[in-house]
Amino acid sequence: MTKQYTPGTHPDLPPPTRTRGPIAWMRLNLFSSPLNALLTILSVWLLWLIVPGIMEWIALDSIWTASDRKDCWAQMNEPRDGACWAFIKSSFQLFLFGWYPEDLRWRPMLCFLLFLIAVVGILKDDLPGKRYWLWYAVAFPFIATWLLIGGFGLTPVPTTKFGGILLTLIVGIASLSFSLPIGILLALGRRSKLPALRTVCVLFIEFIRGVPLITLLFVASTMLMYFLPPGSTFDILMRVLIMVTLFASAYIAEVVRGGLQGLSSGQYEAADSLGLNYWRAHQLIILPQALKISIPGIINTFIGAFKDSTLVIIIGMMDILGLGRARLNDPEWLGLAPELYIFVSLFFFICCFSMARYSLSLEKRLATEHKQ
Amino acid sequence: MASDISHTTSDKTSEIESSGTIISIDQMHKWFDDFHVLKDINLEVRRGERIVICGPSGSGKSTLIRCINRLEQHQQGNIVVDGTELTHDLKNIEIIRSEVGMVFQQFNLFPHLTVLENVCLAPIWVRKMPKIEAEEAAMQYLERVQIPEQAHKFPGQLSGGQQQRVAIARALCMKPKIMLFDEPTSALDPEMIKEVLDVMIELAESGMTMLVVTHEMGFATRVAHRVIFMDGGEIIEQNTPTDFFENPQHDRTKLFLSQILHH
Repeated sequence: MTKQYTPGTHPDLPPPTRTRGPIAWMRLNLFSSPLNALLTILSVWLLWLIVPGIMEWIALDSIWTASDRKDCWAQMNEPRDGACWAFIKSSFQLFLFGWYPEDLRWRPMLCFLLFLIAVVGILKDDLPGKRYWLWYAVAFPFIATWLLIGGFGLTPVPTTKFGGILLTLIVGIASLSFSLPIGILLALGRRSKLPALRTVCVLFIEFIRGVPLITLLFVASTMLMYFLPPGSTFDILMRVLIMVTLFASAYIAEVVRGGLQGLSSGQYEAADSLGLNYWRAHQLIILPQALKISIPGIINTFIGAFKDSTLVIIIGMMDILGLGRARLNDPEWLGLAPELYIFVSLFFFICCFSMARYSLSLEKRLATEHKQ
Repeated sequence: MASDISHTTSDKTSEIESSGTIISIDQMHKWFDDFHVLKDINLEVRRGERIVICGPSGSGKSTLIRCINRLEQHQQGNIVVDGTELTHDLKNIEIIRSEVGMVFQQFNLFPHLTVLENVCLAPIWVRKMPKIEAEEAAMQYLERVQIPEQAHKFPGQLSGGQQQRVAIARALCMKPKIMLFDEPTSALDPEMIKEVLDVMIELAESGMTMLVVTHEMGFATRVAHRVIFMDGGEIIEQNTPTDFFENPQHDRTKLFLSQILHH
């Protein structure tokens, strides 16, 4: 049946057709055994039961325009037949900006636009004038602070007016972007040959990791003023940012340390043997590889820290979750918790899922070891 | 055959007799914790001299050459490399490392950089050479080790022999005065050993000062001025390749040679 070839003349043949294509895929993945076939059918049946109901509630029977809860329900066959997205719609500006003065809301929006430009500048490798993009990214936090808080020619806005998605993004973006460099330095310090430096880093990391974030936030909101000179005011948002940043950086430090330990000592020796000094060796050889290994862990920590930022509710800051919960007590919209939590979940999911996808694409792009 | 070897050996010796000392190791000791790994090492290496170091595993031969560029730190005695003494002074260490190239058993190429980037990295960052100039120099060395066509691949895409040749080019691109080889062919498949040895022989013929830890006795016979035998952290015996292989003095050397030559 098979054709005979003399040695050295065997051509590359295509694989058998039964191992490729959708039918083969289904056979392999969905119906590979009687049990698997049963489970597949069961799953399809369950989805059939659940999905149509959910879709009706979320999309088909939902109401987008209404003045309040009662108006919403009046438009349905029965109250609660569908989602009342009018609630989210009516509060959308509040959810976005908190109590940021309405006539100044172009400032946070401009800030967000500048942030997106900075992100593109950092993440895209093949931009012309890459160096200037990076300088811009370094300058961005200062520009953002100026735009958001005002002063120097702009109308000042106290940070107590910040809220909603604006506040969540400020806490998330600031703490994540500062925690990475601090975490890297802590990881290097923990591996340093200098005993004093090493001890300080170990104590810091273990203390921060060993204490719940809520505790640190309480410290930020109440105790920190005891340590500061009397009469000095230190913005509560700034204190929270510092605490969340330190908290995330302790975790990042351990993730990066894992990456550093994943490198063979040969890499250090090769860098040393070429005459590269400590910082150059780390900048060019060690950190690019260690950080690459650490990407899944770093993104994991980022996602966790970003969601943990909702804990600022505890000390009375109104992030998207806190503000949403406050709106639930509004008599006009009482009892629309599912709509609110779906909206808040969707917001966090979009943010976290983008981070996860980006991390995957980054891993693929940087995978040079086994590229054939 | 034997007379041929002795002829080349005497030739080799006369080349370097007149040249000055480039490495001088004086009463050097080293410990790993309590383990006395190098004992009273005295070694003078002349400019242009090629030394092969052999010995059983754990004899301290790798540690010895790693002390020369301070990958290992000695605890007693002196090491002077090209007029600079190795001390705790980091500046001196960096100077010596930029003058001493090293090739490792496991290649230790930087996997996240292309072959070309691997080779021109140190000239750019240590020698402060302009990038274009460094890349040109790197390509010259890649041609010298006969793999210019691989310049834009990543190390992981190359065979072991090719990787080791890139590692040699990377070390050479710093224009070192001394080259250290730490078992450069031990991690290679048999069919790739020759391509690396050919590059090393070509380098030897160009007059490079070389210290080579290896068990490739054919290589030793062909290029070495001197073969050093180490055991238990001591230099047991050193001689010209001909005398070393044909007339070993020490019992330990005879045993070692009988084990590596007759199997």
